[in-house]
Amino acid sequence: MRHLLSIADLDRDDIERILERAESFAEVSERDIKKVPALRGRTVVNLFYEASTRTSSSFELAAKRLSADVVTVKSAGSSVDKGESLKDTVQTLSAYDPAALVIRSPHAGAADLVARWTRASVINAGDGKHEHPTQALLDVATLRQRLGALDGRRIWIVGDVLHSRVARSNILAFRTMGAEVTVCGPPTLIPPGIEALGCDVAYTLDRLAEADVVYALRMQLERMREAYVPSLREYAAQYQIDGARLGPEQVLMHPGPVNRGVELSGDVIDSPQATITAQVEAGVVVRMAVLYELLVGGPRAPEPAPEPAEAAA
Amino acid sequence: MSGPLVFAGGAPADLLIRGAHVLDPRRDLDEPADVLVRGGAIAELGPPNTLEAPAEAEVVEAEGRHLLPAFVDPHVHLRTPGEEHKEDLESGTRAAAAGGFCAVVAMPNTAPTVDCEPVLVALREEAARVARVPVGFLGSITRGLRGTELTEMVELREAGALGFTDDGRPVESAGMLRRAMQYQRLCGGVLALHCEELSLSAGGAIHEGEVSARLGIAGVPSLAESTMVARDAALAGLEDARVHVQHLSCRESVEAVAAAKSRGVRISAEATPHHLALTHEALLEELHTRLKMNPPLRTEDDRQALIAGLRDGTIDCVATDHAPHARHEKEVPFEEAPMGTTGLETAFAALHNDLVLPGLLPLATLVERMTAGAALFDLPLAAIAPGEPANLVLVDLEATWQVGEAGYESRSDSCCFAGRTLQGRVVLTVAAGAVAFRERAGVAA
Repeated sequence: MRHLLSIADLDRDDIERILERAESFAEVSERDIKKVPALRGRTVVNLFYEASTRTSSSFELAAKRLSADVVTVKSAGSSVDKGESLKDTVQTLSAYDPAALVIRSPHAGAADLVARWTRASVINAGDGKHEHPTQALLDVATLRQRLGALDGRRIWIVGDVLHSRVARSNILAFRTMGAEVTVCGPPTLIPPGIEALGCDVAYTLDRLAEADVVYALRMQLERMREAYVPSLREYAAQYQIDGARLGPEQVLMHPGPVNRGVELSGDVIDSPQATITAQVEAGVVVRMAVLYELLVGGPRAPEPAPEPAEAAA
Repeated sequence: MSGPLVFAGGAPADLLIRGAHVLDPRRDLDEPADVLVRGGAIAELGPPNTLEAPAEAEVVEAEGRHLLPAFVDPHVHLRTPGEEHKEDLESGTRAAAAGGFCAVVAMPNTAPTVDCEPVLVALREEAARVARVPVGFLGSITRGLRGTELTEMVELREAGALGFTDDGRPVESAGMLRRAMQYQRLCGGVLALHCEELSLSAGGAIHEGEVSARLGIAGVPSLAESTMVARDAALAGLEDARVHVQHLSCRESVEAVAAAKSRGVRISAEATPHHLALTHEALLEELHTRLKMNPPLRTEDDRQALIAGLRDGTIDCVATDHAPHARHEKEVPFEEAPMGTTGLETAFAALHNDLVLPGLLPLATLVERMTAGAALFDLPLAAIAPGEPANLVLVDLEATWQVGEAGYESRSDSCCFAGRTLQGRVVLTVAAGAVAFRERAGVAA
């Protein structure tokens, strides 16, 4: 495997292999000196076009714990701010001959584009509303730790599915691992045609009790301005996961950052059912495993040929 | 430069095209023949290998090839004035000639907009200097495409505007469009309509459906188009206006046009090669910006409805909506990229390959629909008959070629068919009596 652009690039065996490696790295994370030399002398570039705390810090830590040299470029204050195109930025950073380039972009398909322009292995750290494959992997890792195999488990993804790359990657990943997925939210925030990903759709939490896992999505405040929902108050009344709605056996997940009192009530965030901190912990070791898989583990694919249409013109 | 179409012209052709299969559906011509062109006009037709070439005439051996009336494209963007880095009148009409077109009609959404007489006059003067094939121009319906004030439509018509359009944008206000329709009684000229309900399409970049759900890209529902087609057809019925609906993309729009025609509304419609040949599934293979256009590629069901509409005449003509952009403008993330694909150089080959060869559309019908665009503007239809001006295209229906392999005549390389191998190739184009294109190992004459 050369790049990780979409969770759809991975079959069940691939996911299990990456997660097993993540478990072995978990042992490293418990040491006093949390470092292995796997990527010594190699460079990892993080290119973040969107504000991000956990994803960028987690990729940075993952690369450092594998002994890679890490450069993190954020759009604010960089040449991107001065109007440099994505292509020029990628070509500039590629001149450092990085082994991997991690890209977060507000635009769908950005990681695929970057993969055309660099010789580095490209990892999609979130592209618009399209995908966030390492989030899906760390969520599967967290759930497997909590529940064991996911076969036949029922997972409800609740909230703003329309604008969520996490939802898209997680539907695919959970399905690949044998779970049944239901997405639930206000009809204005459920994209038409989402059933094509292999999930069911619900507009109320009436059947939430059937879920083994409740995965709440972040409700972004700007959705009010765009009139997707009339008010946060009404959204919370209909869709907030609180102590009354969450059953004692149900696992509660959230990709962070949480809007306390909107999609989740304060009591469930701090309940033992919540895996929010475990998800963050899993983020580092899973990203170590992804870097290892792409840069060390698998056979390296030959470098891509230039695009024929462009070469001819 | 007094006629409705202008171009730089060329030496009147003297050609003997020998032994081609001549197909002119309007004249019931469908047989091998010799065609003699003298002084830019068709002089004589005769059985194969019977006509003698006059001393000054060039002989084109064309056995096994097809000679058709040359095509007319009622919808292209030539980007002059103001965006010549994307295309200009010379490169755009060179692309048209290479695609077998003897006339094209340019849209007014340039910078500045073609919304007043001086801009139109300057444009026609420029076309008279550089255009390889005859070009006609539409003026805009509203000033600056802003949708709030009518242009001086009478003066624009007197200066040569073939009709009017705000293409690129809908005329949002029903009241404003109604005024334009009323005013059309004074100035004439078809109103070509880009039908899009902006509150439904807002922010969308691809068809709303399974593919948009999967890619997480905001979708444009089919009804953003068809509700506007229905609204505009109703207004045209009320005002007895002559309207033309541009770039139909979905089943519901075809149905809306058919319903309006059955009520007697004076409405015509076009469809593009990309909507007739491709669907949104192509985006799952590669999310490439050359597949981003407005309206977007839709479903296979929509494509089949467009083909059926083209076959039964609900859709009157093919239009490419040739919309070139510079490479650096398209080499950006999909959602950031401008809408539009080129189409002139691939229109015939794509439709021959994807519609005629699989048996979805007879070749004669394709030829009819690729030439019928002239009727929108009351221009004479190209005909292969003695005394007619030579507007001819010679095609090789067996030849295959890879799109983009030899580059493009257009300044833009953003073609939705790039990389596809197509069967059917333009060999020679004669436009308004002059040779405009000649195949020479893939390079224009």
